[in-house]
Amino acid sequence: MIPAQFDYLAPTTVEEALAALAEHGDDAKIIAGGQSLLPVLRMRLNAPEFVIDIGRIDSLRGVSDDGDAIVIGAMTTHVDVGKDPLVAEHATLVTKAIEHLADAQVRHRGTFGGALAHADPAGDLGAPALALDAEFVITGSGGERRVAAADFFEDFMTTAIADDEILTSVRIPKHTGWGAHYEKFVRVAHQWPIVAVAATVKTDGGTISEARVGLTNMGSVPLRATSVEQALVGQPATDDAVRRAAASAAEGTNPPSDLNGDADYRKHLATVLTRRAVLAAAGA
Amino acid sequence: MTATAEPQLEIGRDRRRKEDQRLITGRTRWTDNITLPGMLHLAMVRSPFAHAKITNIDTEQAKKAPNVVTVVTGKDLGEEQGSLPNAWPITPDQVTPPHPPVAIDRATFAGEIVAVVVARSAAEARDAAELVDVDYEELPAALDLKEAANDTTLAHPDLGTNKSALWVFDSAEAGTGGNVDEAIQKAREGDGIVIEREYRQQRLIPAFMEPRSTVVDPTGEQITMWSATQIPHILRFLLAAVLGVSESKVRVIAPDVGGGFGGKLQTTPEEFITMVLARRLGKPIKFTETRSESMMAAHHGRDQWQKLTLSAEKDGTVTGFKVELLADLGAHVSLVGGGVPVLGAFMFNAIYKFPAYHFAVQTVLTNKAWTDAYRGAGRPEATYAIERMMTELAAELGVDPLEIREKNWIKHEEFPFTTVAGLEYDSGNYEAATAMAKEHFGYDELRAEQQRRRESNDPVQLGIGVSTFTEMCGLAPSRVLGSLDYGAGGWEHATVRMLATGKVEVITGASAHGQGHETAFSQIVADRLGVPFEDVEVLHGDTQVAPKGLDTYGSRSLVVGGEALVRAADKVIEKAKPIAAHMLEASADDLEFKAGRFGVKGTDQGVAMAEVALATFAAHDLPDGVEPSLDCDATFDPVNFNYPHGTHLCAMEVDTETGAVKMRKYTCVDDIGNVINPLIVAGQVHGGLVQGIAQALWEEAVYDDSGTLVSASFVDYLVPTAADTISFDVDHTTTPALTNTLGTKGVGEAGTIASTPAVVNAVVDAIRQFGVNDVRMPCTPERVWKAINDGGGGDKTTEAAAPHFDDSGETAIADGASE
Ligand SMILES: Cc1cc2nc3c(=O)[nH]c(=O)nc-3n(C[C@H](O)[C@H](O)[C@H](O)COP(=O)(O)OP(=O)(O)OC[C@H]3O[C@@H](n4cnc5c(N)ncnc54)[C@H](O)[C@@H]3O)c2cc1C
Repeated sequence: MIPAQFDYLAPTTVEEALAALAEHGDDAKIIAGGQSLLPVLRMRLNAPEFVIDIGRIDSLRGVSDDGDAIVIGAMTTHVDVGKDPLVAEHATLVTKAIEHLADAQVRHRGTFGGALAHADPAGDLGAPALALDAEFVITGSGGERRVAAADFFEDFMTTAIADDEILTSVRIPKHTGWGAHYEKFVRVAHQWPIVAVAATVKTDGGTISEARVGLTNMGSVPLRATSVEQALVGQPATDDAVRRAAASAAEGTNPPSDLNGDADYRKHLATVLTRRAVLAAAGA
Repeated sequence: MTATAEPQLEIGRDRRRKEDQRLITGRTRWTDNITLPGMLHLAMVRSPFAHAKITNIDTEQAKKAPNVVTVVTGKDLGEEQGSLPNAWPITPDQVTPPHPPVAIDRATFAGEIVAVVVARSAAEARDAAELVDVDYEELPAALDLKEAANDTTLAHPDLGTNKSALWVFDSAEAGTGGNVDEAIQKAREGDGIVIEREYRQQRLIPAFMEPRSTVVDPTGEQITMWSATQIPHILRFLLAAVLGVSESKVRVIAPDVGGGFGGKLQTTPEEFITMVLARRLGKPIKFTETRSESMMAAHHGRDQWQKLTLSAEKDGTVTGFKVELLADLGAHVSLVGGGVPVLGAFMFNAIYKFPAYHFAVQTVLTNKAWTDAYRGAGRPEATYAIERMMTELAAELGVDPLEIREKNWIKHEEFPFTTVAGLEYDSGNYEAATAMAKEHFGYDELRAEQQRRRESNDPVQLGIGVSTFTEMCGLAPSRVLGSLDYGAGGWEHATVRMLATGKVEVITGASAHGQGHETAFSQIVADRLGVPFEDVEVLHGDTQVAPKGLDTYGSRSLVVGGEALVRAADKVIEKAKPIAAHMLEASADDLEFKAGRFGVKGTDQGVAMAEVALATFAAHDLPDGVEPSLDCDATFDPVNFNYPHGTHLCAMEVDTETGAVKMRKYTCVDDIGNVINPLIVAGQVHGGLVQGIAQALWEEAVYDDSGTLVSASFVDYLVPTAADTISFDVDHTTTPALTNTLGTKGVGEAGTIASTPAVVNAVVDAIRQFGVNDVRMPCTPERVWKAINDGGGGDKTTEAAAPHFDDSGETAIADGASE
């Protein structure tokens, strides 16, 4: 498990990092927490000539309040996001998802931006980001652009970030007062989800007034269960009503088949987990 | 005489392990930590194909890479590399393919070594390995065990068959019981019961914590090999025998070894390659495998199909058991190889009084990693089969699974008992262990809860699983091994050395790799010689320090090695006696040895062992004709195996909506005779249980249909952690073994052997009302859910892994990867 040789660069500003990317292009890879990249290098699935460590760019760390949204710096570690009060208050779904993300060691090194840039459809942050209509702030030599979550995840482990760009932060519109739950289905504790459902709902006297449901590992990218979201509006937060709405959770999904379950089983799981996630989010 | 308090006995004390500080703080020496001047490093080039002809290997590029010393292929090594040994040909006509450490013209499984790079650093060796260009011509691969048994595709075309050996035991032929076919026939035709099932023992990976590593130093008069092995003595013997080096010129050291579970009971291609190249180049060489290599190419365990037929009378009295196994050897017959299922052959009848028994195993060659011992080796397979079948019999009769067992088991007053497989069980008390387990578990309350959940159609159903196991361990009486054509004996050796300062060095031929021998053996010797626990040093794992031994596996170290130690210590006392008598000016007959002191009976005169040791060292005034040494050796060859037993009860919750299973309660009452160190025993039981539970629920080595190991990392090969298990309820009954002085029984494998069927029985019990009578291991949620919904549960899982570390859309590895 020895990676091929590479040169290591450690810029301290975004501009320096972008300049390095521009210079080395295809031959360079960004390293954030390294929790996904290092296994890739060690198993020699990739052998970049340059590894650009963005860990020393202080401006990429931390969570801030920006009016209607909170802004999570790309280099903020899972642990820091998980215990951040702003996130807990305005994007509870993210806090909930991080509780079960990997193990303590990985959470201490892995980063919010790195996980989303890696875009593993089994990653725990994609579905919450999608459900919360997050905006991805991507910086290139021409400056900053914002990409909606729905456009960010393009395909299996492929995002809207171009080779010469860096994901600098993620903006999450505030969902203050929304109930949230992340229902993750695994065989052993520290595992990527076989299927997971991210649900956040706004309730009004026992009735669901708005709902957002994201699905993890039900296709090559994180998905929204829009038909469930629509069916939930105006429904009481009861087992029966939610069960009926959740029945369509797997519609239009294309989940993988692997050791942990085939596609049909995953589709079945999606409906059960959606019901459980929504009920828990609604506090029922 | 002054009254003195009895000193506290060491045996039975919860001693913290002497080993732990150095192991936990990492301040110890693992093989991979060893660095010698001028040492070279290896990287292996391995076949990506399950079966392929090697048509050409171009090493030119690799040889030119920085700091590469040489690159060798199987052809280059030729005869010099020898053929890896199989020490247990189970039949005289066993078909055994040659096994060169580096494949010569054909790769026979994905992961087999086809070339070796030697370089000045491990990184440079790895880089250069990527430059070795191998041309393969893919051949059809024998992968499925059942198909391979029909010779549909040949794993080794030259051999003309995949069938390696057929080994049979029949109680009618052996004269130990009746004819099983007649018993089954009678049950079928009369009003008896016949239960027929087919179970799959999935392939498992031992997954020891420390990957295998070997260092060879050829620069002294002796060639020294350090290796992360369970078997330094056997390794030394076989290196000498296979490579034609004088045994006296080889020294093997197993320093601290990070786990083995049978997985390091092997003489490996990597060890032989390191040895051969170090001798060739005259330089020290190290090879340490990566985790991926370990998963792919270190031996695997289990992998059987079990066809089982059990007959019984209508009242549940068993009349016959017929066992027909297919066992997957993988591409080579490994060190113990086909012997693993044979170690199970005597255990399918377990604790029950079957009047007729038949066992047959066909070992089969396939194009997968070789298989060999894995914790329990043969006995977990047997225990699984019988404990599942007894539960099925109970279900068929509609009676409690404990009731059917009690009806058929050997009663405690019937010991010693000769079984239908011809073994004599010396002692046991199944009634006592079961009664205690039931009480701890709250058996009746849990049964009542199960009933309530069934009646209310609770989405979470509860199941209770039983396993009343026994096993044979303490390998082994040499004569029995001889009668089974095993290539060695089963004795163990010990030496006790009395140092001048009164300290004691104990040398054992057992080779601990995590068991805590240094602690437990110190306790035994401390009591025996009456010296402080701290004054005993246990030395092991180096053929120059411990020249005789047969190493550690098969729960043998205490029951065989411990007995050798007791005998050596007793000899020391005998040898010290005349010297003590001389010092006390008394007659040896008037001396008694107690609490470390020779005392003159009826007086308060005496000398401590330490004083005798010093006097012997000085040798100034010894009786005539007495040699100035107290040191003694003993070699113990057991006359029988050792039979721990126990009752394990497991409650599992099954979420019927998802198929997820959750352990609710696990109680085990093991009878392992007298306990030397309860803390170590608890560790062995807990770890053993988890390993057995892991077979039931999580672990499986899966190959896809091109013969690639899919569960090739810990992302897909699910080894549980503490977060996945519950607190076990562990207790013991004590029926001392009669075959060793300490009355101890082996405990290293018991938990693993017993727990697997307890868990699966519980899962099946939770969902039997849906028409389910089996769920294939590991009981994944998918399988459980499908079983509930279509009564199946026997399906294979999809042979694909989730590619979390793919890097799609990125440039693939640039330089000329091998193929
Ligand atoms: C044992 C283990 C278990 C895990 N379990 C889970 C789990 O249960 N759930 C889960 O969701 N995840 C899990 N992960 C993954 C974990 O969340 C990783 O931290 C995450 O996927 C990658 O984050 P990182 O900061 O380590 O990124 P890195 O590994 O450093 O980078 C990952 C990829 O993203 C790119 N990248 C990183 N940052 C940026 C950026 N700012 N701009 C552009 N590109 C960037 C890199 O070039 C690389 O291609 C697990 C990982 C491990 C090792």
